[in-house]
Parts: sequence; C-alpha cells; structure tokens
Amino acid sequence: MSFRERTSRILLSAPVLRLSSIITTLFGISIFVFLVLRVIPGDSIVGAFGIETGVLTPDQIAELKVYYGIDKSLPMQYLSWIQSFLSGNMGYSYSTGISVASLTAKSLPVTIELALIGTILGVVMGIAIGTFSARKPGSIRDFGGQLFGLLALAVPGFVLSTAIVTVMANKFHYFPNGYEFVRPWEDPWMNFQQMMFPGLVLGIAVAAPVMRTTRSALLETIDKDFVRTAIGKGVNSRKVQSRHILRNSLIPIVTMTGIQFGYLLGGAVIVENIFSLPGMGRQVLYAINKREYATVQSSVMIFAILFITINVITDLIYRKIDPRIKK
Amino acid sequence: MTQPLLSVTELGISTVQDPRTLVNRVSFEIMAGEAVGVVGESGSGKTLTALSILGLLPRGVAVANGSINFEGNDLTNTSLENMQKIRGSEISMVYQDPMTALNPVMKLGRQLLEVIEAHEKLDASSVARVEVALRDVGIPQVERAMESYPHEFSGGMRQRVMIAMALLLSPKLLVADEPTTALDVTIQQQILALVSEERRKRGMSMLWITHDLGVVANLVDRLIVMYAGNIVEAGTVEEIFNNPQHPYTHGLLSSLPSRSDKSRKRLTSIPGVPQKPWLVGNTCAFAPRCFKASEICTSASPKLVGTLEKSVSCFHPMGGN
Amino acid sequence: MKRDPLKPKGGFHYYLQSTSGVVGAVLLLFMVIVSICAVFGWLPHDPLEQNVLSAMKGPNSHYWFGTDEFGRDVFSRTLDGMRRSLTVSISAVSIAAFFGVILGILSGYLGRWFDQLIVRLSDVIFAFPAILLALAIVSTLGNSWFDTALAIAVVYTPIFIRVARGPVLTVKEMDYVKVTRILGFSSPRILRKHILPNVTAPIVVQIALSLSWAILTESGLSFLGLGTQPPNASLGLMVAEAQPIAVFAWWALFFPSAFITIVVVGLNLVGDGLRDALDPARRSS
Repeated sequence: MSFRERTSRILLSAPVLRLSSIITTLFGISIFVFLVLRVIPGDSIVGAFGIETGVLTPDQIAELKVYYGIDKSLPMQYLSWIQSFLSGNMGYSYSTGISVASLTAKSLPVTIELALIGTILGVVMGIAIGTFSARKPGSIRDFGGQLFGLLALAVPGFVLSTAIVTVMANKFHYFPNGYEFVRPWEDPWMNFQQMMFPGLVLGIAVAAPVMRTTRSALLETIDKDFVRTAIGKGVNSRKVQSRHILRNSLIPIVTMTGIQFGYLLGGAVIVENIFSLPGMGRQVLYAINKREYATVQSSVMIFAILFITINVITDLIYRKIDPRIKK
Repeated sequence: MTQPLLSVTELGISTVQDPRTLVNRVSFEIMAGEAVGVVGESGSGKTLTALSILGLLPRGVAVANGSINFEGNDLTNTSLENMQKIRGSEISMVYQDPMTALNPVMKLGRQLLEVIEAHEKLDASSVARVEVALRDVGIPQVERAMESYPHEFSGGMRQRVMIAMALLLSPKLLVADEPTTALDVTIQQQILALVSEERRKRGMSMLWITHDLGVVANLVDRLIVMYAGNIVEAGTVEEIFNNPQHPYTHGLLSSLPSRSDKSRKRLTSIPGVPQKPWLVGNTCAFAPRCFKASEICTSASPKLVGTLEKSVSCFHPMGGN
Repeated sequence: MKRDPLKPKGGFHYYLQSTSGVVGAVLLLFMVIVSICAVFGWLPHDPLEQNVLSAMKGPNSHYWFGTDEFGRDVFSRTLDGMRRSLTVSISAVSIAAFFGVILGILSGYLGRWFDQLIVRLSDVIFAFPAILLALAIVSTLGNSWFDTALAIAVVYTPIFIRVARGPVLTVKEMDYVKVTRILGFSSPRILRKHILPNVTAPIVVQIALSLSWAILTESGLSFLGLGTQPPNASLGLMVAEAQPIAVFAWWALFFPSAFITIVVVGLNLVGDGLRDALDPARRSS
C-alpha cells in the first residue's frame, strides 16, 4: 500500500471521522454559546467596577480582560475566549472573586453524583415497569405501567419536589436538605439523605422514557424469529427472556440511558435549586441572576462537553454489546 | 398395523380476536421413519399447521379445535413442561428464513450448546458433540465457527447450522418449513441432499413444507396438498405425480416446467388468486378457479375420502385408476 | 372504499377509534375553553385582586379553588395562568415548527453542504438540555412572554428540523421521485405532491408532543422566576408562591399543579392518538 493510500485510510477511518465530527460540533457549540449569550465585555467589567460587591484583584481583572478580549472585534473576542477557555481560564465570578474553574471543580461532582443517582434509580424503575408491562401487552398491568409512564412525565419535577418539601419539611419536620451540604466522603449517611429526595424526583423523570423504550424494545423483540427458534429448542422461559429477549433489547435501552444521564447533568437545575444542592445547575442559576455572563458562558460550555462525552461513551458501550457493529 | 408417530386429527387453527379460520379440519398421520411433504400456495395454511405441532403459533393465532397426537400425548393440550421436553429433542423444527432465525448477539457454539443444555447436563463431551454435528452438515473450520456470530455467515451456512441444531439430539420427527426457499438454487440442492442423507442415516420421520412440488419429489414418501386451509388431496408421491385426482393438484403439476418437454409451449398456470380460508363457507374452496366446477361445488363442501395411499376431497375427481 | 392513509383529513375517522386520542382531546379542549374564558376575562374574580380578609381560605362556594396568602382567587389565577402557559407554548411551538419544517425540508431536499450545515447546527442545540438552554437565552432576552416564547422556540426548532428532514430524505430516494425529476418536473411540484403529504403526519404528531414539553419548560422557567413576573399569574409561578404556605393551604399548590399535569397528559394522549391515526402501519402503543 502506498503512503497516500495508507494516510487516507487512516484519515478516513471511522474513529477519526467521528472524532473530527465531535470536535466540529464542540466548536459549533462554543460559537453558539458565545453568540447567544451576547457577551458585551465592556459592560461586564465596567459593571463589576461599579458594583460594590466587586472583589476582583487587579490580576484577576487583567485575566478577565484577556478572557473577554476587550477592544477586539467580535471574531477576535471569540478567539481569545476560546484560547483562554482551553488553557483553563474560564473567567471569574465577580461577586465572589473566585475563578469559574475552581467553582466548577467544587460544583461539578455534586451534579454528577446527583445525575448518577437519578439515572440509576430511573433505569432500574423504568426497566422493571417496562418489563412488567411488556409481559402482557394490552392488559390491566400494561395499562397501569403506561399510566405511570404518562404521569411521571406530566407531573413536573418542581411540583413533585415542592410537594416533597411541603410534606417532609413542613409537616414531618424531616428535611436533610435544610442543612449545609456534605460531601460523600465527609459523612456518607448524611450525604445519602441529602441526595435521596432529589434523586428520587429525577429518577421518576428518567423512569418514564426508559420504561417506554424498554417496553417497546421488548415487544418488538418478542415477535422476532430467533425467539421462536429458542422456544422451539425447548429452552425454558426464564432463559429465553434473559438470553434472547432482553439481550437483544438492550441497545435502545442503553441509548436512552445515556441520553437521560446527559440530560440530567444540565436538566437538574430546578431540583438542585429546590433542594439546595450546590451543583452546576445552581451555579448557572445564581450566575444568571447576578448577570455574571462569564460564569454562565463557561458553565454552559462545560455541560455541552460533558453531554457529548457521554454520547461517545454510550456509543462505545454498544459496540461491546452488539457484535454486528464493526469497530 | 403400527401406531403412527404423529397423528393430526381435525386440526382447526384460527385468529384469536375476531376469529377467522386459517386452517380447517386438517387430518393426517406420519409413521415412524416416514417423510411426508405438505404442498400448497401461500395462505394455504401449511406453515401454520407445521408451527402448531410444537406450539409455536404467532401471537393472535391459536389452535381452535382438533388434536395433535404424538406418542400418546395430545400436544394441543399438554403442560408447558412437557412441551419443553419434546421441543428440540423429540421433535425439532427448521424454519424458513435463516437470516432471522438465529440470535444475533449469541455465538453460534453457544446457541447449539443451548439445545443440549435444555435437555441434558452440559459436560466435556458436549462441545465435541456440537463440533461433530457442525462437521456433518458441512461447516468448514468448525472451531472458528463455534466462536462466530450469525452475521458472519451466509444464508446457506446459517441454514446448515439450523439443521445441525435441529438434529443434535436425534429427534424422532423433523419439521421443516420451506428451509430452502430463501436460498439460491445451487445451495438449495446441497441442503436437500444433506437432509435426505441425514434422514436416511437416522431413520427419522420428517414433515417437509414447501410450495415447490419439484423440490419434494425425491425427498418424501407421501404428499399432502393443501388449499385455503384444507387438505384437498393426499397420497404417495407416485400416485400424486402420476395420477393427480384433484383439479388443483393437476393444475400444480401442469405448471411445472419440464426439461424433457422441448415444445417451448407457454407454462400453464391456474387462473385466479388463492382463496382466503375464512371466506370459504359451505362450498368447495377451489370452486371459483376450477375448470370442473359445477353446482354442487358451490353448495356443499367436499370431504376427504380414500386410503393412506390415495385420498381426495373433491366432487369431481379426475378419473384414471 | 379506499382512503389514502397519508392525508390527515382522512385519518380523522381513525383518530376517533383511539381511546387515548379521544380522552386527550377532551382534556385539551377543556383547557383551551378555560383559557379562552380567561382571555375574555370571563372569570369569577380578577386574578390580581387581593382580599386580605379572605386569605388562605379553602375551596368554597365563593372561591372555588380557595384563596392564596394574598386573598387572591386561586381559580381565576389558575385559569389565567393556563392561558399564559398556552399562549407562550403555542407561540413558541408555532415559531419552532414554522422555521424547523422549512429548514428541515430544504435541508433534506437540497442536500450536500447546506444539509450538513443545518444538521450540525441542530446537533449543537440538541447538545443542551432544554431547560438549561431556555434559561440561558431568557437571561439575555428578557422576561416578557414573547421573549420566553422565543427562547423555547429556539430550543425546540431542531426537533422539527429532524422530523421534517427524515421523510424528505426517504422520499427523495424513492424511484418514483427520481423518475419525476428525470422527466423534468419542477421542484416545487415534487415538493408539493410527493414530499408534503409524507411530512405532514409526523409533523402534526410532533407539534402535539412539543406543545406538552413547551408547557413544562415554560412553567419550569416561571417557577424559577424567569418568566412571568409577579403579581401576574402563571402556573409555575403559582407553584413557587404556594410552597411556603402549602402546609396550611394545600389548594394553592394542588390546583395549578393539577392543571399543568392535565394539559400535559392531554397533549401526550392527543399525540399518541394522532400517531395511531396517521401512521399507515397503524401501530398501537
């Protein structure tokens, strides 16, 4: 094979194409975030000077100037932002004087923990109810399962959360989230209690689409020829369920799980707010209220990166599950 | 007179909701060691009849009446446990489409071992047994095949694997539902030869479903012809081919191209389209397309009369003998 | 009599056969009627009128859903809130559907670099959870109902692009369309006769579904204080305001929540019913 052939083989191979596609999307996202948030650097920093709460040191202000690229044209501002971002300078929150990077380092793990708990709960519930429903389609059980799915979807997370807060905090006077947040390594039990309610709310929200996906995947698989072959061989029902039906239904379920987890990372804003969890969502909300565009911009960018990462990981997982997909 | 291995009596199959008859009062027997072919167009009910033996009817379709007797058990009325014992070890089935009949995410070796696992204990010799079975059906590089997935094989190879799987526990009866229809002609011949050979070696009974009369001539001892959910004629292969009694059978045979006929005449076909079984009332199902039809054919339904060697269900059987 | 299953009007008869579709339509209709009443001001009380003496009273003959801590009639406020939610959502989804469908069809039909660009753009927006993006956009735009609608529209446009683009790609590849192109039929004609009928069904279903998500997003935003501002009534805002007093006045929390749930359930059921009615394969749930 000639050098040209070898190079083009590598350049056009699937993983490289995928990677370049991801990078382009990320750039697209950064442009989008930049434009949408219409950062007008002059206003932000002058505003900071004018506000008494500005605690930025001259060094930090200088870094912000670089970050925003004041006095440069819009495309140049974008470029200097990208440069700064990639080198770790994500701006400063001028109401607290802390860099966005270190704020994020503290808040991101909280959000990830919450998202994990919510996703796991949701997937377990969703698969359980979905399987339950799929066993007898069209029956009362099925109706019940689908009703659950519908309600889990329709009752907004903030309503459920508010109800929990009302009942637990105001009625039973049991509200672990009323205390300062503790990290899992500081006090695992307290941390668990603080994650319990918000995790449940998110879990219910995740369970609905997972249940629907599980149910339809199972129903579709049950009618497939190879299931008939397995039954025709005399394999017992339990093994047919697990080895043939479930294993072949996994792909859509894994896809949905990945999507939900990625979604929770950003979509948990409201729940974090209600249950006073110091996660990324609350960070963004706080920044929006204080008009701190740097924080909002960088945080949103981070969310997007995380989401894409999860997509890639999900992709890798189903290359493992389905031998038909070529590496 | 020995007892038949399989005895189907007045079998009726219909849809569960909004009941429509799909198979109407079908009766036949298969003796030990005997191969019986079932011929008919699509919609004739032949596949459903075959599937009903092992209780593999699709959702929404069920046995409505009649019985299927196998070694003293009525398969339409027996426990799930009993059925599971019979499936794969006493009676095995090979299906029409090899591309979809195997689990795409399970290695072939595992799928074959599953048959053994379902009926006996798996042990050191099991793998060897499976490898021998694969070699017997002509799969090359057996060790690699065991570790492969179905999508790595062609249709013909997959069908061979299915056959190996079906024959693994030496069943007394093999039910084959058009296993060569989805394959091209040369492969078809190979598979047919393979099955014939295996059958002869083991003295196994066989029920072979097909729409292609040509395929069946050298393969089976007796033939059953089905139309619109009914059996219209049955008998030995010689009798059917040389002396077809039912106009439909006659039509089927006439439509076969013949190598010896150099006249280059147009192939004859049976006019009209296949009748839907549930629309047949108290008439002969074939009447609308029959060149011998008369008034009685549309006012009453004919019964199957005759012997094991030759029987026909018609008001105007075609003379001869 | 043969009906062309692709034409939505012909599917009305089938829609009625779907129980969920009918139930959903009834629920939805109820909410629409209620909102219309609010639009014309046909409410028992002024949603903004405060009456401290009657504060925190449970449902009674005078105040059907009770009163909140300022003595405002929860019933009137709920209806008014529903009106706002529906207004914002319908506006948002209309904008999203309009631009999304046009872009989607053009993208699928014209293909090549334009298609790639549009698809990339949609992927970018898809990378964000709806609430987060809507939050971010609203923070820069403002609090008016139109700004909220615009923010939600941006978030939900890509899904319409995707839904419209799919059938276009499929139809474009079909032999009969290729033949028409070779024969020299004009593009607009092909678009009209072949592509539009195939695109209408999924779009209609998607509109129902997107409306339900839009309502959830809008109420989420106003719950956070980033939508309708007090003292105006908005379902999300009412839930937020009810939280401190819910222990004493469950009705202030219950009714706005129930209304949100009902309208979302209704829209989802309508979406399911439409899907069953318009899908030629007629798959049921």
